[in-house]
Amino acid sequence: MIYFDNSATTLPHPDVVKAFGDVASQFFGNPSSLHHLGGKSAQLLDQARKVAADCLGVQPGEIVFTSGGTESNNAALKGVAIQHRSRGKHIITSSIEHASVYETCKQLEELGYSVTYLPTDDKGRVRPEDVQRALSDDTILVSVMYVNSELGTVQPIEEIGRILSAYPKTYFHVDAVQGFGKLPLMPGKWGIDLLSLSAHKFHGVRGCGLLYVRRGVMLSPLIIGGGQEGGLRSGTENVPGIVAMAKAMRMQHERLQENHEHMKKLRARLIDGLLPLEYCKLNGPGKDDAYAAPHIVNVSFPGIKAEVVLHALEKEEIYVSTRSACSSKNSKPSRVLLAAGIDEERARSALRISFSPDNTEAEVDVFIRAIQKIVPNLAKIMRV
Amino acid sequence: MQEIYLDHAATTPVHPEVLEAMLPYYRDMHGNPSSMHRFGQRVRHTVDEARSIIARCVNAEPGEIIFTSGGTEADNMALIGVMTANRDKGKHLITSQIEHHAVLHTCEYLESLGYEVTYLPVDETGRVAVEDVAQAIRPDTVMISIMFGNNEVGTLQHIGKIGKLAKERGVYFHTDAVQAFGIEEVDVKRLHVDLLSISAHKVNGPKGVGSLYARRGIKIASYIHGGNQEKKRRAGTENVAGIVGFARAAELAINTREERRAHYEKLRRMMMAVWDEQSVDYVVNGHPKFYMPHILNVSFPGTKTEAMLMKLDIAGVAAASGSACMSGSLEISHVLRAMNLPEDRLISAIRFSFGYGNTEEQVREAAERIARIVNKG
Repeated sequence: MIYFDNSATTLPHPDVVKAFGDVASQFFGNPSSLHHLGGKSAQLLDQARKVAADCLGVQPGEIVFTSGGTESNNAALKGVAIQHRSRGKHIITSSIEHASVYETCKQLEELGYSVTYLPTDDKGRVRPEDVQRALSDDTILVSVMYVNSELGTVQPIEEIGRILSAYPKTYFHVDAVQGFGKLPLMPGKWGIDLLSLSAHKFHGVRGCGLLYVRRGVMLSPLIIGGGQEGGLRSGTENVPGIVAMAKAMRMQHERLQENHEHMKKLRARLIDGLLPLEYCKLNGPGKDDAYAAPHIVNVSFPGIKAEVVLHALEKEEIYVSTRSACSSKNSKPSRVLLAAGIDEERARSALRISFSPDNTEAEVDVFIRAIQKIVPNLAKIMRV
Repeated sequence: MQEIYLDHAATTPVHPEVLEAMLPYYRDMHGNPSSMHRFGQRVRHTVDEARSIIARCVNAEPGEIIFTSGGTEADNMALIGVMTANRDKGKHLITSQIEHHAVLHTCEYLESLGYEVTYLPVDETGRVAVEDVAQAIRPDTVMISIMFGNNEVGTLQHIGKIGKLAKERGVYFHTDAVQAFGIEEVDVKRLHVDLLSISAHKVNGPKGVGSLYARRGIKIASYIHGGNQEKKRRAGTENVAGIVGFARAAELAINTREERRAHYEKLRRMMMAVWDEQSVDYVVNGHPKFYMPHILNVSFPGTKTEAMLMKLDIAGVAAASGSACMSGSLEISHVLRAMNLPEDRLISAIRFSFGYGNTEEQVREAAERIARIVNKG
């Protein structure tokens, strides 16, 4: 089996699973309990928070554990929108965000907020000067993702952060779900106020994520109750999941450089193998573009529906996707690709290949050969 | 010294069978159920199966079960989701003074947004009077949220009667059944419940998973926006392993409900019998008849809760002052306060809660340790 759908979800690392199992079976106390079983869980939670903070170069008190990336994004956007509604009702985001940001913005529009959806260039990159132009006195939040999940475009986060440093009342949220473990990430240095991560995208377990909340940023909590996580996220902490996530974070963080280089090589090899095929078009960043994430390649086979190629690959035990899994039930072409100026036919035939550090060059070669076999055949059938 | 865990109302250990059921989904079955390929579709089927199991456990239809990250999220979603989706109907919500903070603080949040909330009182046993609910209903009342069984004192509410009343008066009825599920018979149809929250980690399932039952046809706004998961009612990649563990735990809990109830009842009586033998001065807080057998809340007049808990912890007995979610603080419990208990009972209350792994020997031993501590003063 060749699993090239790591942007949808990754395989938890065996050590991560072991950590999960150990904590779940041995340290089941509720961290809020006063007895020492609770104390032990609270200690594990503190350690995990410290590891997570270290991996991001921030303070432990700035980490809020959540149930995943979607919740983190919802918590950031709605949290700022509700808390600061008297100060302004304008939000700036991009037109290529993940559904959990995009749909939350749509919901906020219904509640009376105004949202600017910035366009991108033809590689799916937001222009920092567009952010600058869209800012107004009323702007309370800018939310731009770090790495686009469908095209693999790295956004100019540092530059946007620099622009926003002149606007202390405008918060900057970054959905870094696709970026962590693949690219350097320094929220403290880049002027980021809020940042979302999801464990299952970096070999942690599902149902776990975090939101970095810079000290001093006021948020209205999304989930209210017992007051856990400094009052920003109530609910009994998923200690085994959190410990497992911290473990995965540390592993990815420590191997960032080598993982990055390895996946970059895979990407280059894949593009070198596919681009000479006249029926194959690369979407998003080019092979040598500096703003290309190392783990995502998006290609189209115009004239052929992506699903058909996907299922043909599936027969060869190769798994890829057509777009973000969260939106996979839509029959329309990808909103993200259309927003990046890719035409409808090409968008309908787009496949996303996404790597993990465990993928190999040999797998890439098998994939290229499979495409060379499948696509021309399908093209023939389509012509008939 | 043997550690005796009597705090199962705070959280429970994961049942070994539950963990075993979960692990394959962290290994070779880790697909994303929303993925189009077979690798993802295979686990889509698993999620559907788990949904059917949870539905069966509360006598609902699979399509009426929404998986959440836990009981707190389910409560938030029920209250905020229904109140915001039914703004045209009214702005009034009825709840009780003894709800879990996941409900109470959410109500306060709704008040800050302009909604109106009636917090019904309880009697000294912790029960809400059905007549009080009836009287509180106004033309603009959208929903009633009354918990099934209280997590601190174990008192059961008149869920069936309130459900019937709500139905007659055209008001939605939500119940937080986080503590009652697996102990009491939870039948949403028979009890006329429209929305019901449960949590996996209270029934030997994993932490970080729960569900909200929302009766078909109910108007409820999505609470966490994003992908198309859970029919667009709750976005986010499904926590498949957690959901599988939840379903397994729920199944185990329902299948063993009667015998566990009998066992807890026995443990409870035994504990009190030991105290009676040893002339321990104690008073049971809660209802003498309508209670959940796994929760025993008692006051030891003359002692202080905090000091007692510390001594108990040193003696190897894990218990609680009330809800774990607020015990960081050690304020007087809002539940006991609402029950209008005298001061010496308020400041000396301890909650013991039974669960998986507790044996008669353990509980007898715990009761004796407790007796020694209390009698020493």
